[in-house]
This record gives sequence, C-alpha cells and structure tokens, in this order.
Amino acid sequence: MGRMAFVGRRLLQLIPVAFGVTFIVFFMVHLIPGNPALSILGIHATPKAIAILHQEWGLNRPLWDQYWLFLDRLLHGNLGQSLYYGQSTTSLVFSHLPPTLWLIIYSALLSVLISVPLAMAAASRQGGLRDHVVRAVPLLGLGMPSFWLAFLLILLFGIKLGVFPVSGYGSGFFGHLRSMFLPSLTAALALSPVVIRSLRASMLTVLGADFITTARSKGVPGGRLFFRHVLRNAVIPAVTVLGINIGFLIGNTVIIENVFAIPGLGQLMINSIFQRDFPVVQGVTLVFAVLVVLINLLADVAYAALDPRVRFD
Amino acid sequence: MSTVSLPAGTEPGPGTPVVPSAAERRATRRWYRQPALMAGIIITGVIVIAALAAPLLTSYNPTTQNLTASLLGPSAHHLLGTDQLGRDTFTRLLYGLRVDLRIAFIAVLFPFVLGTVLGSLAGYFGGWADVVVMRLVDIVVAFPFYVLVIALVFVLGPGERSIYIAITTVGWVSYARIVRGEILVAKRQEYVRAAQSGGLSSLRIMGRHLLPNVISQAFIYAMSDIVQDILAIVTLGYFGLGVPPPTADLGSMINDGQNFLSTHWQLTTIPGLVVVLVGLGLSLIGDGLADILRPGQS
Repeated sequence: MGRMAFVGRRLLQLIPVAFGVTFIVFFMVHLIPGNPALSILGIHATPKAIAILHQEWGLNRPLWDQYWLFLDRLLHGNLGQSLYYGQSTTSLVFSHLPPTLWLIIYSALLSVLISVPLAMAAASRQGGLRDHVVRAVPLLGLGMPSFWLAFLLILLFGIKLGVFPVSGYGSGFFGHLRSMFLPSLTAALALSPVVIRSLRASMLTVLGADFITTARSKGVPGGRLFFRHVLRNAVIPAVTVLGINIGFLIGNTVIIENVFAIPGLGQLMINSIFQRDFPVVQGVTLVFAVLVVLINLLADVAYAALDPRVRFD
Repeated sequence: MSTVSLPAGTEPGPGTPVVPSAAERRATRRWYRQPALMAGIIITGVIVIAALAAPLLTSYNPTTQNLTASLLGPSAHHLLGTDQLGRDTFTRLLYGLRVDLRIAFIAVLFPFVLGTVLGSLAGYFGGWADVVVMRLVDIVVAFPFYVLVIALVFVLGPGERSIYIAITTVGWVSYARIVRGEILVAKRQEYVRAAQSGGLSSLRIMGRHLLPNVISQAFIYAMSDIVQDILAIVTLGYFGLGVPPPTADLGSMINDGQNFLSTHWQLTTIPGLVVVLVGLGLSLIGDGLADILRPGQS
C-alpha cells in the first residue's frame, strides 16, 4: 500500500468523524433547557427576530433537516453571529487563533525538551535512583490542576523573581517568545508526566533491542550509543505520544490562556460562556475539534514519512 | 573439567524478565506488602476520613461570613487563616473536599459502566457493533477533554447533574477501548471456546466468564480516571461552572484566592496542594493494584 493510499484512507476515516463532531456541536443548542432560538439570540431577542431565525434555521422542522441546514451554513464558512461582540463567529475565531497556535507549538517543543532528557536519565539506569525519581513525577504531576501550577509559576518567576511577564501575548516574535514562556511552560509541565511515562517505556524497549546489543558488543561507547542509537529511535515514539495527547494539551491551553490573559481561542471560549454568547461557544468548540483532528492527521502523515519502517497497512 | 564462565553482558540484567517463584508471587499478591499501595491507602484514607469528619474537626461553618475577620493569617483560632469574607480556610478546605470527592467518586461510576458495556459488546461481537462503537470513540476523542466538558456543562447549566452528564459523555471512551482490547484477546482462549460450544448464551459468556477476567484493567484505569475527574471538577469550580456558591469547593477557593496571590498566597496554594495529595494517593493505589492484578507486567 503506497503512501498516497495511506493518506487517502486516513482521510476517508475522517468522514464519519466529521459528521459526528458537527452533529454533537449542532445538537448542543438542543441541550440548553428552554427555547433554542432564545439561546441563539439571547434573552433580549424580539419576537420578530425569533420568527426569522425559526424560518432560517428550520427550528420547526425535523432534527435532520435542521442538521442539514447547519452543515450547509458551515460549508459556507458561517458559524453564526456573536451576540456580544457583534461580529461573525468566523472572524472572531480567526483573530483569536494565532496566540493559541503559538501556545500549542511552544508548549509541545518545551515538553519535548523537558521529557526527553528525563526519560533518558530514567531509562539509562533502570531501577536506579534517577529512575525512581523520574517515575515519581507522573504520580505528583497527574493530579496537579494546570491553573494551580500556573499560579505557582507566576508566584515564583513573576512575583518573586520578576523575570517573566505573567500576562498577555507580547508583541513581535521575541515579545511572544518572552510573554508566552510561562504559559507554555505550564502547559508543557502539565503534559510531561504523560510523555515521560511513555517515553521511558519506549526507550527501555529500544535498549532491549538486538541492534543495541550488537552496538554494545562491538564496543560503541555509552554516550554515543545513547545519542546515536537509542535517542534517534525513541524520538519518533515521543512525537506519536505528543500526537495522541494533543487533545489533552489543547484542552489545557483553554485553562492556561485564561490564567495568563492570552487573547486566544480559550479565552474567547470562557469569555463567551460568561456572556452566554452561545454561537461563539459553539463555534469555538467545533474549531478545537478540527484542530485536534488536523494535528493528529499531520502527526500520522509525518510519522509515516519520517520512519521508513512504517508499513502502510 | 573447567568451570564455564559466562561472557560479560549475558547475565540476567534488570531488563530480563525473571520468572518469580511461587513464594515470590504470593508475596507480591499480599496487598499489605506493597509499600506504594500502602502509602496510597494511607494518604487517601486520611484525606477521605478528614473530609467525612469535617464537622468534628472544626467548629466553624464553611459558608458563614465574618467580615471583621477577613484575610487573617494562620493562628490558633484559624489554622490556615481566613479568606476575603472571613470564612475559615481550613473549614472550607474540609467541606470543599467533601463535595469534590463525593462528586468525583459518583462521577467515575457512570463512564466505567457505560464504557465497559459498550467495549464488551464491540469486542465480543465485532462486525457492526465494533464499527459503530469505535467510530463513536473516534468522534468523542476528537474533542479536547476540557473543551467538551466545559461546553457541555455550559449548555446544560452549572451544577452537579451537568457534571455527571459531561464526564460520562467524555469519559466512557477510555473504558470502552481498554475493555474491547482485553475482550479481543480473551475471547480466543479455550475457556471461552468451551463455553461457546457448551451452548451458553452470549450474555452469560460475557457476564460470567469474560467480564471477571477483563474488568481488572478497567478498574486500574478507574483509579487514574478519578484523579482526572477531580481535576475536571476543580477546574469547573475555578471557572464558576461547578457547584454553585457559597458551597465550598476547592476550585472556587483557588479562584477566590487568586486576587490575593501576592499578599495571601496560602489561599491559592493550599487547596491546590490538597488536590495534588489526593491525586498522589489515588495514583499510588492504582500503581499498587496494577502490580497485584497483573504481576510481571509493571
């Protein structure tokens, strides 16, 4: 099976997911107790506006017709009109997307920088002191609320040491790099327990492989063995682990953006919840799902392209 | 006759699986000999008992305000000081734990049951049942966990019932995947074949023969799932979408405290520390259970 066929099949698998995700987002409006038109237009809607919406969105028609109309609007890039901002949800989403993408990429890089050395330290002496210390990290980290971790970092780096800004997005590339450091570090630390755990396991598997025994027996020195033979083969699983947990990472950015006042999608979502701006909440929820699906697809394709041993079946 | 010396590097290293003797196996199976499990049980036990015994451990009321005693530091009267409304922090911590732990322990049950049932059906029958369940799994995991939980609680309205619905909608997926995988392996084994050729009904084979053999994996996962549910409840509380005020909840306590971060850091840090401790205790129990229930696989 060729690479193009693999990508094609992967895209085909997305069709039911696309229908399911859009249906859940569509159905959210019917989960609100009370009249759906009121939740779309807000409590101050005039009877006339409600009547027009009923006509346009087919709210009196069967559920499937309504869903069809929803998909039709979606394909025309129409996510509805914000009640609070007075703009279309689509333009709001695009203006809030860059900080969120920054945060996702920055924290993914930081989490690799944190997790790979720790997992290496643990795997190189299995059962040793370093291993026990690193294995304790997930025990403490998995139960740590990310917003609370953010406050600890703000207390330490922002208030006590005063070395990093504690809110905002910054301006320019280096401004972003500086302002987004603490938020990205928070997201990276929240993710690292999961990554370290799987990375340690995959490094141990690599260490037990025949080619490592061969390298050892022909006298490859320890450091070289680790960097050239083990690390290269363990980084690919690290990318896969990041891909699998991208939903976790993105979910955390919603929380972290709100602690650090970053004008991204997560802040837009929570603000819209406080304003009861239903169309925006609906639109942002959909965009987050699209982000996860696209990043997963990219990770799979990159994985297949990077590792010649991956078989396309 | 000369003794054969093994070349260096061939003696069994730490990575080599060593078959434990019967005595060793018995030892690992004795739950009280597991230090991690014992530590987990002690930590979780102390916290749960403290939460249950809240009315005995403190004489304050968690919601009564006393504006003349606001933002006090720790003292003999107020072990952890008071918040901006003069409520005793230690008292709110105990009552908050009570609320959050109760919701988390109930919330974990629904996804456990739903995911186990759907995963068993998918794994045992295969075919269409499998396709439908696994496509549903794909759809749910397309949403980031917190995004779907927050969105669902928003549309359903804040409160306990919404938390249960949201966590169930999102949480069943992992159980379904775990149980399906286990069933796929187990159903090829001879005892299942024997039960099938003996003419037992599918329901009886799944319920009486397969489930007891596969449930332990789901149970181990449930330990880390409770930790995730506690985090979700605390996060919802932090955003004001959890239990409505003035009921104490660790998330809303952290939210209240964040305005006083530079002057009264204990209001923010201590509730979070308690959450971390609960997570540590439950994770240790989960790891210990994993060692007992699947020996040799740790």
